[in-house]
Amino acid sequence: MAINSIDSSKRTRLVPQNFIDGEHSYTTISEILAGVVLNPKPPTVWFVATGLGFAVLNVMLLAVTYLVLTGTGVWGNNQPTAWAWDIINFVWWIGIGHAGTLISAILLLMRQSWRNSINRFAEAMTIFAVMCAGLYPLLQTGRPWLGCWLFPYANTLGMWPQTRSPLEWDVFAVSTYFTISLLFWFLGLIPDIATLRDRSQHPLVQGIYGLASMGWVGSAKHWFRYEQAYNILAGISAPLVLSVHTIVSFDFAVGIVPGWHTTIFPPYFVAGAVFAGFAMVLTFGLPLRSIYPQIKDFITPKHLDWMAKILLATGLIVFYGYILEMFYGWYSGNTYELALVYNRLFGPYKWFYYALIFCNGIFPQLCWVPQLRRNVPFLFVLSIIVGIGMWLERFVIIPMSLTRDFLTSSWGYYAPTEWDWALFIGTMGFFVFLLFMFIKVLPIINIFEMRDLLLKNHHQFGHGHDDHENAEEAH
Amino acid sequence: MAHVADESPKLFGIVAEFDDPDALVAAATKARVAGYKKFDAYSPMPIHGLAEAMHFEDIRIPWMAFFGGITGCCLGMGFQAWIALIDYPMNVGGKPLFTWPQFIPITFEATVLVTGLTTFVSQFALNGLPKPYNPMFNAKNFDRASQDRFFLCIETRDPKFDEASVTEFLQGLGALDVSEVPA
Repeated sequence: MAINSIDSSKRTRLVPQNFIDGEHSYTTISEILAGVVLNPKPPTVWFVATGLGFAVLNVMLLAVTYLVLTGTGVWGNNQPTAWAWDIINFVWWIGIGHAGTLISAILLLMRQSWRNSINRFAEAMTIFAVMCAGLYPLLQTGRPWLGCWLFPYANTLGMWPQTRSPLEWDVFAVSTYFTISLLFWFLGLIPDIATLRDRSQHPLVQGIYGLASMGWVGSAKHWFRYEQAYNILAGISAPLVLSVHTIVSFDFAVGIVPGWHTTIFPPYFVAGAVFAGFAMVLTFGLPLRSIYPQIKDFITPKHLDWMAKILLATGLIVFYGYILEMFYGWYSGNTYELALVYNRLFGPYKWFYYALIFCNGIFPQLCWVPQLRRNVPFLFVLSIIVGIGMWLERFVIIPMSLTRDFLTSSWGYYAPTEWDWALFIGTMGFFVFLLFMFIKVLPIINIFEMRDLLLKNHHQFGHGHDDHENAEEAH
Repeated sequence: MAHVADESPKLFGIVAEFDDPDALVAAATKARVAGYKKFDAYSPMPIHGLAEAMHFEDIRIPWMAFFGGITGCCLGMGFQAWIALIDYPMNVGGKPLFTWPQFIPITFEATVLVTGLTTFVSQFALNGLPKPYNPMFNAKNFDRASQDRFFLCIETRDPKFDEASVTEFLQGLGALDVSEVPA
């Protein structure tokens, strides 16, 4: 090895981690991870979850059909709350998706190799979450079949979309985000699809995976270009994900409504997105580990620990955002901003605000306790609470400001209808259904990157068990 | 593909199979030093140092991505400027027509989109994918090239290719197995 002994001991201290538990070889990695997909009999839980997802997905279809046939009046939105659950849920879903890109792109660029075990299903989550998110603005237009008007194309009306509007920026940001996430995900899947092609027994299955693998052979020249392309996509995804949630926050920050018109919004939204997204990775990752116990060697307690740390860190940024919002309200000296702060604390929706502070500000502080960061039931509860908290955050931002703005005569009260609920719960079913279908069809853990990690472990810790122990001692 | 097979020689190359990535890198280095030009290594994961061992380099993808990005940037800004100045000028309270700061977000998104699409497409184009038939699929045990084995194939189109000497060379590399790959 080229590195001298001092450097390598420093390296060991900085990167002391072996991210694969147990004794594994390239053979066992391929067997276990491809086995999850190619096993002809998935566990019973899989059928239950997929069935449940499918049932709830139908609630979504029902809600969409009723909405399209009747009009957006079936929702609780009305002046002064012209947008409510549709934008809340849009932002919530988009935010959930952001963890996937953060894990796959930003952690890749930072050479955080622990990301390799969780990036694949986090990326899948991104794509499905963006699908759920995209549904809302499209439906809120009331005439989703004219959704093409959002895009600049030469039309007989002789008009163009208004590209000075943050809502139009959203169209470009979300559609670009979806496209790039899909390309990135598919590119990452190709070598693993080739593994599935080579391991499957049934000719039809072989044929399908064979087509999808694009004839991948794993040539060194191909890998070279593949890695170039993969890193470039990661490099552009990193600023992209920041831009998407920044633009989403501009939907509010560009407006002059009290509580929206602040410069803290872009960073605070991005941190909130990562916070919610990591929570969702845990919400799904933890059950996956118990449904498929064989993957516990790849998603180790160390991974859970580190994810909890990221939750804690991003949670603190979000909490800082809440404190600053209060500060801005006071420091602005603006009557309306001050009134909004008062209404947050003592207005009609005050319990939402207190619940938000508890879910996102106080409860995650338990992550300071190292034992809890590796406690699976605790992490699961935490992830659900953070998911709820991030939903509440958007609720606090949107109807609360809209129902208490400048003129007392235009104050109001917002409450959702059953169709708001049906669509929201329905999108969750859609998400669950797609995720479980994905688990059955494609590998949930990046197989080739696990092999790569194993090779790195061999180089770092040596082949024998003794070397490994030495490395641990050095640490 | 049948007519291609008729014209090309019956043999595609000779392949050596390894069970260790470091052995593959060593073998690729030796093949290059021995003067072979048309050979390739196959592995189930990217191995750092393998392309370097083969003296393989290709910097076209980063350049294509770069020019893709420039194209996207110009398209994004140019299109919005054309709408605002020429095709549909709108006087909003006497403010300037070319409000470029508000055009930045879409310009940025267009830059990212075109860069990403260019990178994705050029990766496939330069790698010659999709390629449903590859003679390497005929190699013995090659289904394990996507799982746990490492292969080095010296192809018949190499100027130095000679069946006997290549077989002998590959056997000298400590391979598990050396076999012929029919085209």
